[in-house]
Amino acid sequence: MVEPNAQSSVVRHSKPRTAGKGASKGGVVMTTQINETELEAQFAATIESKDRIEPRDWMPEKYRKTLVRQVAQHAHSEIIGMQPEGNWISRAPSLRRKAILLAKVQDEAGHGLYLYSAAETLGATRNELTEKLIAGKQKYSSIFNYPTLAYTDVGTIGWLVDGAAICNQVPLCRTSFGPYGRAMIRVCKEESFHQRQGYELLMTMMRGTEEQRASVQESVNRFWWPSLMMFGPPDDDSPNTEQSMEWGIKTHTNDELRQKFVDMSVPQAEALGVTFPDEGLKWNEERGHYDFSTPDWDEFWAVVKGNGPCNEQRVAHRKRAWDEGAWVREAALAFAENTADAAADTADAAADSTNTAADTTNTAAEETAK
Amino acid sequence: MSAETQTPATRGEWPLYEVFVRGKRGLNHVHVGSLHAADDQMAIHHARDVYTRRNEGVSLWVVRSSSITASSPDEKDPMFAPSGDKVYRHPTFYDIPDDVPHM
Repeated sequence: MVEPNAQSSVVRHSKPRTAGKGASKGGVVMTTQINETELEAQFAATIESKDRIEPRDWMPEKYRKTLVRQVAQHAHSEIIGMQPEGNWISRAPSLRRKAILLAKVQDEAGHGLYLYSAAETLGATRNELTEKLIAGKQKYSSIFNYPTLAYTDVGTIGWLVDGAAICNQVPLCRTSFGPYGRAMIRVCKEESFHQRQGYELLMTMMRGTEEQRASVQESVNRFWWPSLMMFGPPDDDSPNTEQSMEWGIKTHTNDELRQKFVDMSVPQAEALGVTFPDEGLKWNEERGHYDFSTPDWDEFWAVVKGNGPCNEQRVAHRKRAWDEGAWVREAALAFAENTADAAADTADAAADSTNTAADTTNTAAEETAK
Repeated sequence: MSAETQTPATRGEWPLYEVFVRGKRGLNHVHVGSLHAADDQMAIHHARDVYTRRNEGVSLWVVRSSSITASSPDEKDPMFAPSGDKVYRHPTFYDIPDDVPHM
């Protein structure tokens, strides 16, 4: 017999029972409101002191919703992110490269699972999250809607896409919601392998033929702008940033992180021997940063809204895996249930036979007594 | 599975397990996160794949989330208050002259 899932479990967040709304008696409403104010003050104090919010703490419903949206989007990105690179596993050029790529794609699955686990502590369920992704109601990073046209792209994704992800994720290790921060710490430890394997792959190709070097440059040209867009829209067009910074969910703005990424990447490109496709990219002595041109935000919004090169393919693939895996999930559950039932029956039978044996002994003893 | 106790959102979902990893010998098992599995054995296998891909541990515990009993934050004050007013449980409560060695 399998226990039902306890979604109201003691280690998850459950929505507060008292909302004040609809409570009829004046006294009840009063108490509820006072509590709510106190709770809000406690929450604000926790954020203010840079302490962490944990799943069972009271939290404003909007804080919870914002986090569910962000963590789910992050989790979906890891899961969908397996597709562009997974595309090349069967065609990796050597066993060594294949083993590396397999390990990397497996990590992405793991990252998705850490993050789903964090989202679930906020009261979301796994099914609900997957179904929202498939229905297009929750997003994932738009970078994964670009295709991987060559094996070289595996290297470029590791270097630039995972590099951008690291820039985003390192500050998130100190985000105000405990489970999200802890998931990010695990993710960041592993991302470093991702970035280094990508860069090493590209270095190897740059030491190869003229054709291989051209392939690296071509791949970098395709991924540079989408990588910059990974940080999200510019600050003056990012409606959620201010509130998220106030709540300590985000600690840096999109533009700050984008600048940091550009500053980090330029010397890496020089060491590799490639250029970025931006004529406006140059060192600004005064600012102490690289200047760079504005990404094509129209393209960004088009991809976010579903019109990127691979949006349909990515979601259709995920849906197919989910639908075709349904019988496996059901069968495993039925098997677990039957095994548990059988174990219970065996235990009953054993208890019965012991009783029978005891009865026989008693009878024998009684007869001897007679 | 008793379907009537499930919400539509969780119907057919494998039960949730909490995972604890002993990082190395000499350390306690530490909670690292959760996962879904159909039964205990599958939970152990999944825990290995999800949480220990790089020698993060030498031992794993998994337990159904529904089996854990926790103190609630609502109970914070009555639950943990007794330790607050027993300062004599701490070594710094006792004044000992500085010239007494090894104390």
